[in-house]
Amino acid sequence: MTIIAFKANRAANRASNEDDPALAKSKVAKFFGRLALVIVILITLFPIYWMFRTAFSNNRAMFSEPLSLLPVDFTWGPLKRVLGLATPAEALAEGGSGASINFAQYMLNSILACTLITVLQVTFSSMAAYAFALLNWKGRDKVFSIFLIALMVPGIFTLLPNFILVKDLGLLNSIIGIALPSMFMTPFAIFFLRQFFLGINRSILEAAVIDGAHQWRIFRTIVVPLAWPQIITLAILQFIQYWNDYLWPFLVGQSEQSKLLTVGLGIFKSQTPQGNPDWAGLMAGALVAAVPIFILMLVFGRKIVGSIQSSGVK
Amino acid sequence: MTITERKTSLHRDIAPQPTVRKGRRDSQLRAAILFLIPASIGFVVFFAWPAVRGLYLSFTDYNLLRPPTFIGFDNYLAIWSDPVFWNSLKVTLQYVVMNVGVQTVAALGLAVLMQRFTRSMVVRGVIMLPYLIANVIVALVWFWLCDYNLGIINAALDFFGLDKVGFFGNQDIAMGTIAMVNVWRHLGYTSLLLFAGLQAIPKDVYEAAEVDGAGEWRVFRSVTLPLLRPVLAFVLVVTVVGSFQIFDTIAVTTGGGPIDATRAINYYIYQRAFERLDFGYASALAVILMIILAGVALLQNKLLRANESDLER
Repeated sequence: MTIIAFKANRAANRASNEDDPALAKSKVAKFFGRLALVIVILITLFPIYWMFRTAFSNNRAMFSEPLSLLPVDFTWGPLKRVLGLATPAEALAEGGSGASINFAQYMLNSILACTLITVLQVTFSSMAAYAFALLNWKGRDKVFSIFLIALMVPGIFTLLPNFILVKDLGLLNSIIGIALPSMFMTPFAIFFLRQFFLGINRSILEAAVIDGAHQWRIFRTIVVPLAWPQIITLAILQFIQYWNDYLWPFLVGQSEQSKLLTVGLGIFKSQTPQGNPDWAGLMAGALVAAVPIFILMLVFGRKIVGSIQSSGVK
Repeated sequence: MTITERKTSLHRDIAPQPTVRKGRRDSQLRAAILFLIPASIGFVVFFAWPAVRGLYLSFTDYNLLRPPTFIGFDNYLAIWSDPVFWNSLKVTLQYVVMNVGVQTVAALGLAVLMQRFTRSMVVRGVIMLPYLIANVIVALVWFWLCDYNLGIINAALDFFGLDKVGFFGNQDIAMGTIAMVNVWRHLGYTSLLLFAGLQAIPKDVYEAAEVDGAGEWRVFRSVTLPLLRPVLAFVLVVTVVGSFQIFDTIAVTTGGGPIDATRAINYYIYQRAFERLDFGYASALAVILMIILAGVALLQNKLLRANESDLER
């Protein structure tokens, strides 16, 4: 299957359009096909645009013009409000709640927790993947398949005992408590990297062994550099995943010092008064939480799309 | 190191020298153990042990304050006669069918559209975008779009003289709304997976179809779909298993309501554990969910295997 994935990627990345027989030739078909694609793209982008539009609207003024496609009474107020830069009076004047919310702090917490998880998890998982892919030892494949079983266990099943464990360790309301269960490894990360390590030409490694290099040196100086693009791709994917995670950080991180962005958003929404919600503030908070992902997508888009595409055929 | 030495060692793989090989294996075993230490800690402490503990807790009465007391199958018996559990199973199934059904068909359509009409990386990036945004954000944005009083959708319905719809507030359509919100989030991702599958279909098949004068629909039905079936089966396993575990969207929008129209199984487990501190009961529910998911995966794996012959072309 890997060969197919490789072929698929190569075919997908091929720039020449016209000689691809899968592409439609007829002008009419082309017109309607592209039209349909444009509609899909509009449906995809509109809610995201609406988040921007609302985040820069005056929450009070917005109620009179729900259909306005542009921000209503353009203002930085909602962003200031959620970043803790507005005084309660300013917030109330624009229809905020006046309660203190600090997404800047949550942003910092999210960056800390996700960086900690990603760096450690990817490091430890690549070490494990090396042992599973490139070292010869008895029982290797058995142990690997035991690790893979963990992929099948639904998150909520291990979440309950893990919560009790983290609570007993006294790590509730701490970044380390949030990071703990996932920072050693995930079966997915090991599986992902093992696939690439298996493709590494073993004769290079054998030669290094003969030269007397220790396994750790081979790993550090040969395998990691060779697989670096894949390791970075995995790191990005995992970072995004933990950035977006909700339930676990919601259970473990409730204090201001450990609340992640998604958790802050959920709580912000539940605190907003029923009759007169601060939609602009809520969307501004959502924007703050989403912008780092947009930036990652702009910088690493090709990598992310490529990795997801190839995961389908494996 | 001399050349001859190098040669003999290279030959080791072809002509086995048991003693040397064994030595190398031992040293590699030692290295493997060292390389696996951190990951094994993670596996044992945060996957294996919790799994065993979760299974044990499912046979206990445990509220976090007092130590768990063993009560045998009582939790399971109670679940069997718990109407809230059966309802949560029902609404979860409704969600899975609506979500996976619409999503798969739409994603297939979009994948074919991309394959037939564009090779743009930007298009692929854009349609993927919702998948990279947190569930919580997606849920909140749609909650706002669908708001009864001020949301753009209801404002537009109102503008055209139609009745407003309580997308999240009406118990008959709340689950449908949540299903469609997550279709929006997963459509691009799913269609990219399928698109990759489409790209793996040999080009000459299309050339042949073109020569034979087959139209779009015919090509899709007789060429694309049969050759895509293995990838489609894989995508179904992933999406169905994922769908069963719906939580975030419900947690930040309806909270299980109205009444219990959106109290999916995962949300019910959460409520039992963390709102009612009934960890034993919640663990038993989690065991049942795991068994259901294993069943689904097995069933679909069979489907996958049955389709494997399609790959041999």
